[in-house]
Amino acid sequence: MASTSTDATSHAAEAASAPGMPQLDFSNWGNQIFWLLITLVAIYFVLSRIALPRIAAVLAERQGTITNDIAAAEELKAKAVEAEEAYNKALADAKVEAARIVAEAKAEIQADLNVATQKADAEIAAKAAESEKAIATIRAGALASIKDVANATTAELVSALSGKAEDADVAKAVDAQMKG
Amino acid sequence: MASEAHGAEEGGLVFHPMDQFNIKPLFGGDHVGLFTITNATLWMALAVVAVVAMMVIGTRRRAIVPSRSQSIGELAYGFVYKMVEDVAGKDAVKFFPYIMTLFMFIVSANFLGLLPMSFATTSHFAVTVVLAMAVFLTVTVVGFVKNGVGFLGLFWVSSAPLALRPILALIEVISYFVRPVSHSIRLAGNVMAGHAVLKVFAGFAAIAVVSPLSVVAITAMYGLEVLVAFIQAYVFTILTCVYLKDALHPSH
Repeated sequence: MASTSTDATSHAAEAASAPGMPQLDFSNWGNQIFWLLITLVAIYFVLSRIALPRIAAVLAERQGTITNDIAAAEELKAKAVEAEEAYNKALADAKVEAARIVAEAKAEIQADLNVATQKADAEIAAKAAESEKAIATIRAGALASIKDVANATTAELVSALSGKAEDADVAKAVDAQMKG
Repeated sequence: MASEAHGAEEGGLVFHPMDQFNIKPLFGGDHVGLFTITNATLWMALAVVAVVAMMVIGTRRRAIVPSRSQSIGELAYGFVYKMVEDVAGKDAVKFFPYIMTLFMFIVSANFLGLLPMSFATTSHFAVTVVLAMAVFLTVTVVGFVKNGVGFLGLFWVSSAPLALRPILALIEVISYFVRPVSHSIRLAGNVMAGHAVLKVFAGFAAIAVVSPLSVVAITAMYGLEVLVAFIQAYVFTILTCVYLKDALHPSH
């Protein structure tokens, strides 16, 4: 083949294809449409028979898992809330119980204290009465002694001053003096 | 200067932005028959492989806690499923495998088309017209099967004044039949335009002085095309859902 002829043919081909678009060359539409239909059918069967059911199943399974997990989490949360409530209730009960025990103990102690105070008061009163009695005895004793001493002293004084003393007179005088 | 001239001589400035869309038989010959295995066939097959890798191989472990590859499959599933449910309604969920097929094919083909030296199958009207017509026919058939003659209520805007309704009905009918056209041209046009622009920028790289700018432009354009690849698949799918909603609930 001469180079001029190849040039000419390529030029001719160029001229044929350059102005028009290959898209508008209807001679190959049949071919394209034929293969396109095969392609679409192939893709359709691959998708509808294998891919889409598989992905749908995976997505459904995942959704199920997520739903289950959320339900489980909610259940656990409810349990936790329940446990907290029980704890709070126990705490409140314990507080009430403690307050009750404290009050009881206080009352008991108060009662004990009262009893002890009363006992002590009674003892003190008894002791005081006893003491008063003792003091009265002592005082009486002391008065009698004073009288005796006064009588003796007076008698001595009188005897020392006048040489002679009548016991009865002395006693009388002392009595008078002590009363006054 | 010399290199510039040289580059131009080599055909650097002779752009063939549409050559990338040529359909060539893979195993010799020039004739493209109905069953000829072409580059389009190859990249459609690779799209199937990509879908299988993403949706089947990625999810093979069926883990409750997904691996990265499984997450991608689940993400794609959830993305389209939610779209169908939100846009077309709960009763449209039974069309989910069809819509998923459309979405997975378009998104795979768009991204595979962005690989260097690859072939963008979705840049061909032959492909997008079939997709759009499939949606159009499905929606029309479903509409009539589900609602009977009531489906025609879609064109009868009962909320408008009576005098306006015939005119609106005409407009609605026209817009209904324009749907597959816009639906298909939007996808193929976006993909084709992006790839052609990349090719044009690449052509400028033959000029040494311009080539750094050209590389930057190609990079930026490529980023945009990555975006377009996904967005166009998304738009195609969501419009399918919108049309499906019309078929299931034709009242305005």
